[in-house]
Amino acid sequence: MDPVFWLLVALLGFMLIGSLIAAETRDLLSSVISLGAVGFGTSVAFLLLGAPDLAITQVVVEILVLVVLVRVVITRKDETYTASHSTLAVGSVLLVLGVLVAVMFWMLSGPGEGSLRMRPFGNPLMNEEAPAAAAAPAGRPELATTVTEPRSIGGAYLKHDLEGTPGVNGTGAANYVMGIVLDSRGYDTLGEATVIFTAIVGAYAVLRRKGRKPHARDVADR
Amino acid sequence: MHGMSLIVKNITRLVAGFIAIFGIYIVLYGHVSPGGGFAGGVILAGALVLVVLAFGEEFSRRVFPQGVAHASDALGAVGFLLVAVLGYMVGGFFMNFLPRGEPGSLFSAGTIPISNLMIGVKVGAGLFGVFLALALFRRQREGAPESDWVERRGTYGEDT
Repeated sequence: MDPVFWLLVALLGFMLIGSLIAAETRDLLSSVISLGAVGFGTSVAFLLLGAPDLAITQVVVEILVLVVLVRVVITRKDETYTASHSTLAVGSVLLVLGVLVAVMFWMLSGPGEGSLRMRPFGNPLMNEEAPAAAAAPAGRPELATTVTEPRSIGGAYLKHDLEGTPGVNGTGAANYVMGIVLDSRGYDTLGEATVIFTAIVGAYAVLRRKGRKPHARDVADR
Repeated sequence: MHGMSLIVKNITRLVAGFIAIFGIYIVLYGHVSPGGGFAGGVILAGALVLVVLAFGEEFSRRVFPQGVAHASDALGAVGFLLVAVLGYMVGGFFMNFLPRGEPGSLFSAGTIPISNLMIGVKVGAGLFGVFLALALFRRQREGAPESDWVERRGTYGEDT
């Protein structure tokens, strides 16, 4: 097997252990730091899978969030409480869900060419090309074009986004991710920026001191 | 929030500028190498957070007050929208209306570097503003949780 695959499996184990510690430990600070370890594991996984943009974003956001969380946790007193769950109920629900997911994967990952079939790991559809459709007019097979096009939109972006096709300008961005995010799919990014802006304004509105009624302030500080 | 010990302050003096320059690089070269406005903006916010943690809120009040953070946040959002709307000059929303240039050079890819810059300003200022809100607003109320902080974790924060 691919060594990257086994590295990813090891990382997955590390992240699972980290999440278990984060969920189970009594100390809030240890919990936050375990969450940070899980985040860094995610970042390394992105790097191994060949997504440096995502890896950079993940690692810097992780650091900033970790700093803020540690700051908040240190300021507070340890106010942890334990809620008792029935181990049998939770375990059986998780087991049924796991079996369900496993059966779905098993059904979808068999051989065959149906549109519902999952691709094997590491062999995405965008690596494949097919002859362009509607190639030859009827009765003139010698006019059939030999041009092939990628079978998925991801492959089409990789092939045409930089230079463009005849009649359509390319983005000219050497980093394909930015070309897609800020040009070909600019609407999505605008929506994302709107979400961040709204979230930040919401945080200000919740945390502000000025303009609040005294009563509301008392309730919120409790 | 008071500053931290002398060691932390000196290390911060050495390092913070490099972190900020790295963030600016990530923003400006987002269309050439991995990175982009969001990641670079978060790095810039991280540099500011580091300085505020080391030197205390006095620094932020003098150099980068919260009003400036709010204004930059809004400015970045409006700028990004403006770049999108200016695309109507050549035919549509989010059309790339600038020349493409040589792929791989700094001045290439039309409007993409400008959008990156706007997103970087927006994200950096916004996240720093939220950090200020979380760190400073809480302190202003009675009961002084800050002294509690210094008491409990005395090694982390030195009262100067």
